[in-house]
Amino acid sequence: MSRVTYIDFAGNTTELDLANGMTLMQGAVMNGIDGIEGECSGSCACATCHCYIDEAFLDKLPEMSENEDELLDGTVSERLPNSRLSCQIRMSDALDGIVVRLPEEQS
Amino acid sequence: MAGIVIIGGGHAGFQCIDSLRKGGYTGSIALIDAEPHLPYQRPPLSKSYLLDGADPNTLLFRAESWFAEQSVALHLGRRAEAIERAAKQVRLDNGQTIAYDQLVLAPGAQLRPLAVPEEVAGDVHYIKSLDDINGIRARLDAVEEIVVVGGGFIGLEFAATAVKLGKRVTVLVRGERILAQSVTPELSAFMQARHREQGADIRLHSRIETVTRRREGRLTVTTSDGRTLACDLLVAGIGVTPDTRLAEQAGLDCEQGILVDRHCRTRDPSIWAAGDAVCCEHPMAGRRTRIESVQNAVDQARVIAANICGEDARYDAVPWFWSDQYEYKLQMAGLHQGYDRVVQRGDMDSGKFTLFLYRGEQLIAVHTVNKPADHMAARKLLAAGISPTFAEAADEGCKLNALLKR
Repeated sequence: MSRVTYIDFAGNTTELDLANGMTLMQGAVMNGIDGIEGECSGSCACATCHCYIDEAFLDKLPEMSENEDELLDGTVSERLPNSRLSCQIRMSDALDGIVVRLPEEQS
Repeated sequence: MAGIVIIGGGHAGFQCIDSLRKGGYTGSIALIDAEPHLPYQRPPLSKSYLLDGADPNTLLFRAESWFAEQSVALHLGRRAEAIERAAKQVRLDNGQTIAYDQLVLAPGAQLRPLAVPEEVAGDVHYIKSLDDINGIRARLDAVEEIVVVGGGFIGLEFAATAVKLGKRVTVLVRGERILAQSVTPELSAFMQARHREQGADIRLHSRIETVTRRREGRLTVTTSDGRTLACDLLVAGIGVTPDTRLAEQAGLDCEQGILVDRHCRTRDPSIWAAGDAVCCEHPMAGRRTRIESVQNAVDQARVIAANICGEDARYDAVPWFWSDQYEYKLQMAGLHQGYDRVVQRGDMDSGKFTLFLYRGEQLIAVHTVNKPADHMAARKLLAAGISPTFAEAADEGCKLNALLKR
Protein backbone atom coordinates (compact mmCIF):
# COMPACT_ATOMS: atom_id res chain seq x y z
CA MET A 1 0.00 0.00 0.00
CA SER A 2 1.17 3.51 -0.77
CA ARG A 3 -0.49 6.77 0.12
CA VAL A 4 -1.83 9.22 -2.43
CA THR A 5 -3.50 12.58 -1.86
CA TYR A 6 -5.96 13.81 -4.47
CA ILE A 7 -6.86 17.50 -4.49
CA ASP A 8 -9.77 18.41 -6.76
CA PHE A 9 -10.23 21.72 -8.52
CA ALA A 10 -12.38 23.09 -5.69
CA GLY A 11 -9.63 22.24 -3.20
CA ASN A 12 -11.24 19.15 -1.62
CA THR A 13 -8.59 16.76 -0.40
CA THR A 14 -8.89 12.96 -0.26
CA GLU A 15 -6.16 10.71 1.09
CA LEU A 16 -6.17 7.06 0.06
CA ASP A 17 -3.93 4.06 0.57
CA LEU A 18 -3.71 2.25 -2.75
CA ALA A 19 -2.34 -1.19 -3.43
CA ASN A 20 0.94 -1.03 -5.32
CA GLY A 21 0.30 -1.72 -9.00
CA MET A 22 -3.00 0.13 -9.05
CA THR A 23 -3.01 3.24 -11.23
CA LEU A 24 -3.72 6.74 -9.97
CA MET A 25 -6.77 6.75 -12.29
CA GLN A 26 -8.14 3.50 -10.83
CA GLY A 27 -7.62 4.72 -7.28
CA ALA A 28 -9.56 7.90 -7.94
CA VAL A 29 -12.35 6.36 -9.98
CA MET A 30 -12.95 3.35 -7.73
CA ASN A 31 -13.27 5.58 -4.73
CA GLY A 32 -15.68 7.92 -6.45
CA ILE A 33 -13.44 10.97 -6.60
CA ASP A 34 -14.94 13.46 -9.03
CA GLY A 35 -12.61 15.10 -11.46
CA ILE A 36 -11.21 11.98 -13.10
CA GLU A 37 -13.29 10.13 -15.67
CA GLY A 38 -11.12 7.46 -17.29
CA GLU A 39 -13.68 6.68 -19.97
CA CYS A 40 -11.36 4.29 -21.87
CA SER A 41 -10.77 2.07 -18.80
CA GLY A 42 -7.14 3.12 -18.65
CA SER A 43 -5.87 2.22 -22.09
CA CYS A 44 -4.32 5.63 -22.79
CA ALA A 45 -6.90 6.40 -25.43
CA CYS A 46 -9.02 9.30 -24.23
CA ALA A 47 -7.27 11.89 -22.02
CA THR A 48 -10.12 12.09 -19.49
CA CYS A 49 -7.86 11.19 -16.55
CA HIS A 50 -5.61 14.23 -16.89
CA CYS A 51 -3.93 15.28 -13.66
CA TYR A 52 -1.16 17.52 -12.35
CA ILE A 53 1.58 15.75 -10.41
CA ASP A 54 3.41 17.12 -7.41
CA GLU A 55 6.77 18.45 -8.69
CA ALA A 56 8.71 16.46 -6.10
CA PHE A 57 7.57 13.20 -7.70
CA LEU A 58 7.94 14.08 -11.38
CA ASP A 59 11.29 12.35 -11.81
CA LYS A 60 10.00 9.17 -10.16
CA LEU A 61 7.28 8.67 -12.79
CA PRO A 62 7.47 6.26 -15.72
CA GLU A 63 8.53 7.90 -18.95
CA MET A 64 5.77 9.37 -21.04
CA SER A 65 4.81 7.45 -24.20
CA GLU A 66 4.32 9.25 -27.49
CA ASN A 67 0.59 8.51 -27.30
CA GLU A 68 0.29 10.03 -23.86
CA ASP A 69 2.26 13.08 -24.97
CA GLU A 70 -0.04 13.62 -27.98
CA LEU A 71 -3.18 13.13 -25.91
CA LEU A 72 -2.03 15.66 -23.34
CA ASP A 73 -1.81 18.21 -26.17
CA GLY A 74 -5.58 17.88 -26.56
CA THR A 75 -6.77 17.99 -22.95
CA VAL A 76 -9.76 20.18 -22.10
CA SER A 77 -8.01 21.84 -19.16
CA GLU A 78 -4.66 23.46 -19.81
CA ARG A 79 -1.60 21.25 -20.17
CA LEU A 80 1.13 22.23 -17.71
CA PRO A 81 4.69 20.93 -17.39
CA ASN A 82 3.52 18.54 -14.64
CA SER A 83 0.53 17.21 -16.61
CA ARG A 84 0.19 13.43 -16.91
CA LEU A 85 -2.52 10.89 -17.64
CA SER A 86 -3.23 9.21 -14.33
CA CYS A 87 -3.98 5.84 -15.99
CA GLN A 88 -0.32 5.60 -16.95
CA ILE A 89 1.04 5.89 -13.41
CA ARG A 90 1.06 2.82 -11.20
CA MET A 91 1.47 3.14 -7.46
CA SER A 92 4.70 1.86 -5.96
CA ASP A 93 6.75 2.40 -2.82
CA ALA A 94 8.65 5.13 -4.67
CA LEU A 95 5.43 7.10 -5.10
CA ASP A 96 4.31 6.81 -1.47
CA GLY A 97 3.07 10.25 -0.41
CA ILE A 98 2.39 11.55 -3.93
CA VAL A 99 0.04 14.53 -4.31
CA VAL A 100 -2.17 14.66 -7.40
CA ARG A 101 -4.11 17.77 -8.39
CA LEU A 102 -7.16 17.39 -10.61
CA PRO A 103 -8.07 19.80 -13.39
CA GLU A 104 -11.30 21.76 -13.67
CA GLU A 105 -12.64 19.70 -16.57
CA GLN A 106 -11.88 16.41 -18.31
CA SER A 107 -14.27 16.41 -21.26
CA MET B 1 -41.69 5.59 -3.10
CA ALA B 2 -40.40 2.53 -4.93
CA GLY B 3 -37.49 4.19 -6.67
CA ILE B 4 -35.35 3.06 -9.58
CA VAL B 5 -34.53 -0.52 -10.46
CA ILE B 6 -31.71 -1.28 -12.88
CA ILE B 7 -31.38 -4.67 -14.54
CA GLY B 8 -27.80 -5.32 -15.64
CA GLY B 9 -24.58 -4.22 -13.92
CA GLY B 10 -22.39 -3.68 -16.98
CA HIS B 11 -21.17 -0.31 -18.24
CA ALA B 12 -24.69 1.01 -18.83
CA GLY B 13 -26.12 -0.14 -15.50
CA PHE B 14 -23.20 1.18 -13.50
CA GLN B 15 -23.09 4.52 -15.34
CA CYS B 16 -26.79 5.02 -14.74
CA ILE B 17 -26.28 4.71 -10.98
CA ASP B 18 -23.34 7.11 -10.99
CA SER B 19 -25.10 9.68 -13.18
CA LEU B 20 -28.34 9.47 -11.18
CA ARG B 21 -26.53 10.28 -7.96
CA LYS B 22 -24.41 13.00 -9.57
CA GLY B 23 -27.60 14.39 -11.09
CA GLY B 24 -29.10 14.76 -7.63
CA TYR B 25 -31.45 11.79 -7.53
CA THR B 26 -31.78 10.83 -3.86
CA GLY B 27 -34.41 8.08 -4.04
CA SER B 28 -33.69 4.41 -3.73
CA ILE B 29 -31.75 2.50 -6.38
CA ALA B 30 -31.62 -1.28 -6.76
CA LEU B 31 -29.24 -3.07 -9.11
CA ILE B 32 -29.93 -6.62 -10.29
CA ASP B 33 -27.26 -8.65 -12.04
CA ALA B 34 -27.01 -12.35 -12.75
CA GLU B 35 -23.24 -12.33 -12.24
CA PRO B 36 -22.09 -12.68 -8.64
CA HIS B 37 -19.49 -9.90 -8.94
CA LEU B 38 -19.56 -6.20 -8.14
CA PRO B 39 -19.94 -4.21 -11.38
CA TYR B 40 -16.69 -4.39 -13.33
CA GLN B 41 -15.15 -3.08 -16.53
CA ARG B 42 -15.02 -5.49 -19.44
CA PRO B 43 -12.58 -3.92 -21.94
CA PRO B 44 -9.44 -5.10 -20.09
CA LEU B 45 -10.65 -8.73 -20.04
CA SER B 46 -9.30 -9.59 -23.48
CA LYS B 47 -6.21 -7.42 -23.03
CA SER B 48 -4.38 -6.29 -19.90
CA TYR B 49 -6.27 -8.47 -17.43
CA LEU B 50 -5.21 -11.56 -19.31
CA LEU B 51 -1.71 -10.34 -20.05
CA ASP B 52 -0.64 -9.03 -16.66
CA GLY B 53 -2.56 -11.46 -14.49
CA ALA B 54 -3.97 -8.39 -12.74
CA ASP B 55 -5.97 -8.48 -9.54
CA PRO B 56 -9.69 -8.70 -10.46
CA ASN B 57 -10.35 -5.87 -8.01
CA THR B 58 -8.60 -3.49 -10.41
CA LEU B 59 -11.50 -4.09 -12.83
CA LEU B 60 -14.17 -2.81 -10.45
CA PHE B 61 -15.94 0.43 -11.29
CA ARG B 62 -16.16 1.23 -7.58
CA ALA B 63 -15.20 -0.37 -4.32
CA GLU B 64 -18.02 -2.15 -2.48
CA SER B 65 -18.15 0.61 0.15
CA TRP B 66 -19.14 3.15 -2.52
CA PHE B 67 -22.37 1.29 -3.29
CA ALA B 68 -23.24 1.30 0.40
CA GLU B 69 -22.44 5.02 0.70
CA GLN B 70 -24.64 5.72 -2.31
CA SER B 71 -27.47 3.59 -0.83
CA VAL B 72 -27.58 1.22 -3.78
CA ALA B 73 -29.20 -2.13 -2.99
CA LEU B 74 -27.18 -4.80 -4.82
CA HIS B 75 -28.93 -7.99 -5.92
CA LEU B 76 -25.93 -9.80 -7.36
CA GLY B 77 -25.99 -13.39 -8.60
CA ARG B 78 -29.73 -12.93 -9.09
CA ARG B 79 -31.54 -13.26 -12.38
CA ALA B 80 -34.51 -11.08 -13.17
CA GLU B 81 -37.19 -13.55 -14.25
CA ALA B 82 -39.98 -11.21 -15.28
CA ILE B 83 -41.06 -7.61 -15.50
CA GLU B 84 -44.59 -7.29 -14.18
CA ARG B 85 -45.58 -4.00 -15.75
CA ALA B 86 -49.08 -3.75 -14.32
CA ALA B 87 -47.75 -4.11 -10.78
CA LYS B 88 -44.57 -2.16 -11.65
CA GLN B 89 -42.31 -4.76 -10.18
CA VAL B 90 -39.49 -7.10 -11.18
CA ARG B 91 -39.60 -10.75 -10.14
CA LEU B 92 -36.27 -12.39 -9.31
CA ASP B 93 -35.26 -16.03 -9.67
CA ASN B 94 -35.65 -16.55 -5.91
CA GLY B 95 -39.24 -15.37 -6.03
CA GLN B 96 -38.51 -11.97 -4.50
CA THR B 97 -40.20 -8.98 -6.12
CA ILE B 98 -38.76 -5.47 -6.29
CA ALA B 99 -41.10 -2.58 -6.99
CA TYR B 100 -40.08 0.29 -9.29
CA ASP B 101 -41.23 3.74 -10.28
CA GLN B 102 -38.72 3.75 -13.11
CA LEU B 103 -37.07 0.67 -14.56
CA VAL B 104 -33.81 0.74 -16.51
CA LEU B 105 -33.05 -2.25 -18.71
CA ALA B 106 -29.36 -2.77 -19.36
CA PRO B 107 -29.25 -6.52 -19.98
CA GLY B 108 -26.49 -6.40 -22.59
CA ALA B 109 -25.99 -9.11 -25.14
CA GLN B 110 -25.72 -12.86 -25.19
CA LEU B 111 -22.89 -14.84 -26.71
CA ARG B 112 -23.50 -16.44 -30.03
CA PRO B 113 -22.54 -20.05 -29.39
CA LEU B 114 -20.21 -21.88 -31.74
CA ALA B 115 -22.08 -24.66 -33.53
CA VAL B 116 -20.30 -27.80 -32.35
CA PRO B 117 -21.52 -31.24 -31.24
CA GLU B 118 -22.86 -31.28 -27.71
CA GLU B 119 -20.10 -33.55 -26.36
CA VAL B 120 -17.46 -30.88 -27.06
CA ALA B 121 -19.57 -27.78 -26.35
CA GLY B 122 -18.01 -27.57 -22.89
CA ASP B 123 -14.55 -27.34 -24.46
CA VAL B 124 -15.33 -24.09 -26.26
CA HIS B 125 -14.28 -20.98 -24.35
CA TYR B 126 -15.78 -17.53 -24.79
CA ILE B 127 -14.64 -14.05 -23.87
CA LYS B 128 -17.38 -12.06 -22.27
CA SER B 129 -17.55 -12.28 -18.51
CA LEU B 130 -14.94 -12.21 -15.78
CA ASP B 131 -15.69 -15.87 -15.10
CA ASP B 132 -15.09 -16.72 -18.77
CA ILE B 133 -11.68 -15.07 -18.66
CA ASN B 134 -10.78 -16.52 -15.28
CA GLY B 135 -11.56 -19.94 -16.78
CA ILE B 136 -9.16 -19.24 -19.63
CA ARG B 137 -6.54 -17.70 -17.34
CA ALA B 138 -6.54 -20.75 -15.08
CA ARG B 139 -5.71 -23.00 -18.01
CA LEU B 140 -3.39 -20.75 -19.94
CA ASP B 141 -0.07 -21.86 -18.42
CA ALA B 142 -0.67 -25.40 -19.65
CA VAL B 143 -1.69 -24.26 -23.12
CA GLU B 144 0.63 -24.06 -26.11
CA GLU B 145 -1.62 -24.08 -29.13
CA ILE B 146 -4.81 -22.07 -29.46
CA VAL B 147 -7.48 -21.90 -32.13
CA VAL B 148 -9.55 -18.72 -32.16
CA VAL B 149 -12.76 -18.65 -34.17
CA GLY B 150 -13.75 -15.18 -35.33
CA GLY B 151 -11.91 -12.24 -36.88
CA GLY B 152 -13.66 -9.46 -34.98
CA PHE B 153 -12.25 -7.25 -32.24
CA ILE B 154 -12.69 -9.70 -29.38
CA GLY B 155 -11.12 -12.65 -31.17
CA LEU B 156 -8.21 -10.58 -32.45
CA GLU B 157 -7.52 -8.89 -29.11
CA PHE B 158 -7.44 -12.28 -27.48
CA ALA B 159 -5.21 -13.64 -30.26
CA ALA B 160 -2.78 -10.74 -29.86
CA THR B 161 -2.64 -11.24 -26.10
CA ALA B 162 -2.08 -14.97 -26.49
CA VAL B 163 0.73 -14.41 -29.02
CA LYS B 164 2.38 -12.00 -26.57
CA LEU B 165 2.17 -14.73 -23.94
CA GLY B 166 4.13 -17.01 -26.26
CA LYS B 167 1.27 -19.17 -27.50
CA ARG B 168 0.88 -20.51 -31.03
CA VAL B 169 -2.33 -19.02 -32.32
CA THR B 170 -4.46 -19.77 -35.36
CA VAL B 171 -7.40 -17.50 -36.12
CA LEU B 172 -10.21 -18.80 -38.31
CA VAL B 173 -11.99 -16.01 -40.16
CA ARG B 174 -15.15 -16.77 -42.07
CA GLY B 175 -14.93 -13.96 -44.62
CA GLU B 176 -12.32 -12.44 -46.86
CA ARG B 177 -10.79 -10.11 -44.28
CA ILE B 178 -10.55 -9.48 -40.54
CA LEU B 179 -12.64 -6.73 -38.90
CA ALA B 180 -14.82 -6.71 -42.00
CA GLN B 181 -17.79 -5.06 -40.31
CA SER B 182 -15.83 -2.45 -38.44
CA VAL B 183 -13.07 -0.96 -40.56
CA THR B 184 -12.10 -0.30 -44.16
CA PRO B 185 -10.31 -2.92 -46.30
CA GLU B 186 -7.08 -0.86 -46.01
CA LEU B 187 -7.12 -1.05 -42.24
CA SER B 188 -8.07 -4.74 -42.29
CA ALA B 189 -5.09 -5.44 -44.51
CA PHE B 190 -2.79 -3.41 -42.26
CA MET B 191 -3.87 -5.28 -39.12
CA GLN B 192 -3.82 -8.63 -40.88
CA ALA B 193 -0.17 -8.03 -41.79
CA ARG B 194 0.64 -7.02 -38.20
CA HIS B 195 -0.93 -10.21 -36.82
CA ARG B 196 0.95 -12.33 -39.30
CA GLU B 197 4.29 -10.69 -38.63
CA GLN B 198 3.77 -11.25 -34.90
CA GLY B 199 3.24 -14.92 -35.61
CA ALA B 200 -0.54 -15.39 -35.54
CA ASP B 201 -1.76 -17.63 -38.35
CA ILE B 202 -4.77 -15.80 -39.80
CA ARG B 203 -6.83 -18.15 -41.98
CA LEU B 204 -9.35 -16.39 -44.20
CA HIS B 205 -12.43 -18.09 -45.72
CA SER B 206 -12.08 -20.69 -43.02
CA ARG B 207 -14.79 -22.20 -40.85
CA ILE B 208 -14.68 -24.86 -38.25
CA GLU B 209 -16.03 -28.20 -39.48
CA THR B 210 -15.42 -30.73 -36.73
CA VAL B 211 -14.09 -30.68 -33.19
CA THR B 212 -12.90 -33.88 -31.55
CA ARG B 213 -11.64 -34.31 -28.02
CA ARG B 214 -8.40 -36.25 -27.80
CA ARG B 215 -7.21 -36.51 -24.24
CA GLU B 216 -7.98 -34.17 -21.36
CA GLY B 217 -7.93 -30.66 -22.71
CA ARG B 218 -6.54 -31.57 -26.13
CA LEU B 219 -8.71 -31.02 -29.19
CA THR B 220 -8.49 -31.65 -32.91
CA VAL B 221 -10.23 -29.14 -35.15
CA THR B 222 -10.81 -29.54 -38.87
CA THR B 223 -11.62 -26.54 -41.01
CA SER B 224 -13.51 -25.85 -44.23
CA ASP B 225 -10.24 -24.98 -45.97
CA GLY B 226 -8.98 -28.49 -45.39
CA ARG B 227 -6.75 -28.09 -42.39
CA THR B 228 -6.45 -30.26 -39.31
CA LEU B 229 -5.33 -28.34 -36.25
CA ALA B 230 -4.45 -29.69 -32.85
CA CYS B 231 -4.96 -27.30 -29.97
CA ASP B 232 -5.17 -27.10 -26.19
CA LEU B 233 -7.66 -24.28 -26.17
CA LEU B 234 -10.53 -23.39 -28.48
CA VAL B 235 -11.87 -19.86 -28.13
CA ALA B 236 -14.84 -18.43 -30.01
CA GLY B 237 -15.50 -14.75 -30.55
CA ILE B 238 -18.25 -14.87 -33.16
CA GLY B 239 -20.47 -12.11 -31.94
CA VAL B 240 -23.40 -11.54 -29.67
CA THR B 241 -27.14 -11.09 -29.91
CA PRO B 242 -29.11 -8.51 -27.93
CA ASP B 243 -30.67 -9.88 -24.77
CA THR B 244 -34.29 -8.94 -25.36
CA ARG B 245 -35.80 -11.81 -23.34
CA LEU B 246 -37.28 -9.79 -20.50
CA ALA B 247 -38.39 -6.92 -22.69
CA GLU B 248 -40.16 -9.22 -25.15
CA GLN B 249 -41.86 -11.18 -22.37
CA ALA B 250 -43.08 -7.88 -20.96
CA GLY B 251 -44.58 -6.94 -24.31
CA LEU B 252 -42.15 -4.13 -25.09
CA ASP B 253 -41.33 -3.49 -28.76
CA CYS B 254 -38.18 -5.25 -29.91
CA GLU B 255 -36.64 -5.26 -33.36
CA GLN B 256 -32.95 -6.17 -33.53
CA GLY B 257 -32.91 -4.99 -29.94
CA ILE B 258 -35.12 -3.26 -27.40
CA LEU B 259 -36.63 -0.30 -29.21
CA VAL B 260 -36.28 3.07 -27.50
CA ASP B 261 -36.86 6.65 -28.59
CA ARG B 262 -34.18 9.34 -28.69
CA HIS B 263 -34.64 9.79 -24.94
CA CYS B 264 -33.79 6.08 -24.48
CA ARG B 265 -37.32 5.40 -23.28
CA THR B 266 -39.34 2.36 -24.36
CA ARG B 267 -43.02 2.49 -25.29
CA ASP B 268 -43.75 2.13 -21.55
CA PRO B 269 -43.05 5.57 -20.07
CA SER B 270 -41.67 4.02 -16.86
CA ILE B 271 -39.17 1.77 -18.65
CA TRP B 272 -35.89 2.88 -20.19
CA ALA B 273 -33.15 0.88 -21.87
CA ALA B 274 -29.45 1.36 -22.60
CA GLY B 275 -26.46 -0.49 -23.97
CA ASP B 276 -25.79 -3.43 -26.27
CA ALA B 277 -29.40 -4.64 -26.13
CA VAL B 278 -30.86 -1.39 -27.42
CA CYS B 279 -31.91 -0.37 -30.90
CA CYS B 280 -32.28 3.39 -31.20
CA GLU B 281 -32.45 6.21 -33.74
CA HIS B 282 -29.12 7.94 -34.08
CA PRO B 283 -28.76 11.19 -36.02
CA MET B 284 -25.44 10.08 -37.53
CA ALA B 285 -26.93 6.80 -38.74
CA GLY B 286 -30.13 8.34 -40.04
CA ARG B 287 -31.95 5.19 -39.01
CA ARG B 288 -32.41 2.87 -36.10
CA THR B 289 -29.18 1.22 -35.12
CA ARG B 290 -27.78 -1.02 -32.42
CA ILE B 291 -24.25 -0.24 -31.34
CA GLU B 292 -22.15 -2.63 -29.27
CA SER B 293 -19.69 -0.43 -27.44
CA VAL B 294 -18.75 0.95 -24.07
CA GLN B 295 -19.35 4.49 -25.33
CA ASN B 296 -22.88 3.67 -26.45
CA ALA B 297 -23.71 2.01 -23.14
CA VAL B 298 -22.27 4.85 -21.09
CA ASP B 299 -23.78 7.70 -23.10
CA GLN B 300 -27.24 6.13 -23.29
CA ALA B 301 -27.15 5.56 -19.53
CA ARG B 302 -26.22 9.22 -19.01
CA VAL B 303 -29.19 10.25 -21.15
CA ILE B 304 -31.56 8.10 -19.08
CA ALA B 305 -30.22 9.43 -15.79
CA ALA B 306 -30.52 13.02 -17.00
CA ASN B 307 -34.10 12.46 -18.13
CA ILE B 308 -35.07 10.81 -14.85
CA CYS B 309 -33.52 13.81 -13.08
CA GLY B 310 -35.84 16.09 -15.03
CA GLU B 311 -33.78 17.17 -18.02
CA ASP B 312 -34.73 16.75 -21.65
CA ALA B 313 -31.72 14.77 -22.88
CA ARG B 314 -31.46 13.00 -26.24
CA TYR B 315 -28.97 10.42 -27.37
CA ASP B 316 -26.86 11.97 -30.09
CA ALA B 317 -23.27 11.39 -28.91
CA VAL B 318 -20.65 10.64 -31.56
CA PRO B 319 -20.04 6.89 -31.49
CA TRP B 320 -16.48 5.85 -30.74
CA PHE B 321 -14.67 2.63 -30.11
CA TRP B 322 -11.16 1.40 -29.52
CA SER B 323 -9.14 -1.78 -29.66
CA ASP B 324 -5.60 -2.62 -28.55
CA GLN B 325 -3.75 -5.30 -30.50
CA TYR B 326 0.02 -5.70 -29.96
CA GLU B 327 1.41 -2.17 -29.83
CA TYR B 328 -1.33 -0.86 -32.12
CA LYS B 329 -4.14 1.23 -30.76
CA LEU B 330 -7.07 1.37 -33.16
CA GLN B 331 -9.66 4.04 -32.56
CA MET B 332 -12.82 4.56 -34.52
CA ALA B 333 -14.99 7.67 -34.31
CA GLY B 334 -18.32 8.10 -36.10
CA LEU B 335 -20.25 5.53 -38.12
CA HIS B 336 -18.49 4.54 -41.33
CA GLN B 337 -21.25 2.60 -43.08
CA GLY B 338 -21.91 4.12 -46.50
CA TYR B 339 -18.56 5.87 -46.93
CA ASP B 340 -17.41 6.42 -50.50
CA ARG B 341 -13.98 7.95 -50.03
CA VAL B 342 -10.98 7.36 -47.78
CA VAL B 343 -8.37 10.08 -47.26
CA GLN B 344 -5.19 8.94 -45.53
CA ARG B 345 -2.97 11.08 -43.33
CA GLY B 346 0.42 9.66 -42.40
CA ASP B 347 2.35 6.70 -43.66
CA MET B 348 1.03 3.22 -42.87
CA ASP B 349 4.59 1.89 -42.68
CA SER B 350 5.24 4.20 -39.73
CA GLY B 351 2.52 2.39 -37.78
CA LYS B 352 0.81 5.72 -37.05
CA PHE B 353 -1.85 7.01 -39.39
CA THR B 354 -5.35 8.35 -39.70
CA LEU B 355 -8.07 7.48 -42.20
CA PHE B 356 -10.79 10.06 -42.86
CA LEU B 357 -13.94 8.46 -44.25
CA TYR B 358 -16.34 10.60 -46.26
CA ARG B 359 -19.74 10.24 -47.80
CA GLY B 360 -19.62 12.81 -50.55
CA GLU B 361 -17.87 15.76 -48.98
CA GLN B 362 -19.17 15.03 -45.51
CA LEU B 363 -16.83 13.47 -42.99
CA ILE B 364 -18.68 10.54 -41.36
CA ALA B 365 -15.96 8.62 -39.55
CA VAL B 366 -12.29 8.71 -38.66
CA HIS B 367 -10.19 5.60 -37.99
CA THR B 368 -6.78 6.00 -36.43
CA VAL B 369 -3.87 3.74 -35.59
CA ASN B 370 -1.64 5.01 -32.78
CA LYS B 371 -2.94 8.53 -33.28
CA PRO B 372 -5.07 9.07 -30.16
CA ALA B 373 -4.86 12.85 -30.43
CA ASP B 374 -6.30 12.73 -33.96
CA HIS B 375 -9.05 10.48 -32.62
CA MET B 376 -9.97 12.94 -29.89
CA ALA B 377 -9.95 15.85 -32.34
CA ALA B 378 -12.00 13.81 -34.83
CA ARG B 379 -14.70 13.22 -32.24
CA LYS B 380 -14.98 16.97 -31.77
CA LEU B 381 -15.09 17.61 -35.53
CA LEU B 382 -17.80 14.98 -36.01
CA ALA B 383 -19.83 16.34 -33.10
CA ALA B 384 -19.62 19.84 -34.56
CA GLY B 385 -20.44 18.58 -38.07
CA ILE B 386 -17.21 20.04 -39.47
CA SER B 387 -15.75 18.32 -42.52
CA PRO B 388 -12.14 19.10 -43.39
CA THR B 389 -11.50 19.35 -47.12
CA PHE B 390 -9.81 16.26 -48.59
CA ALA B 391 -6.58 18.26 -48.88
CA GLU B 392 -6.75 19.34 -45.24
CA ALA B 393 -7.41 15.77 -44.16
CA ALA B 394 -4.37 14.48 -46.01
CA ASP B 395 -2.04 17.24 -44.78
CA GLU B 396 -0.17 16.29 -41.60
CA GLY B 397 0.66 19.97 -41.11
CA CYS B 398 -3.02 20.86 -40.79
CA LYS B 399 -3.92 20.76 -37.09
CA LEU B 400 -7.34 19.17 -36.66
CA ASN B 401 -8.09 21.09 -33.48
CA ALA B 402 -7.55 24.35 -35.38
CA LEU B 403 -10.38 23.42 -37.77
CA LEU B 404 -12.79 23.42 -34.85
CA LYS B 405 -12.58 27.18 -34.62
CA ARG B 406 -14.10 27.57 -38.07
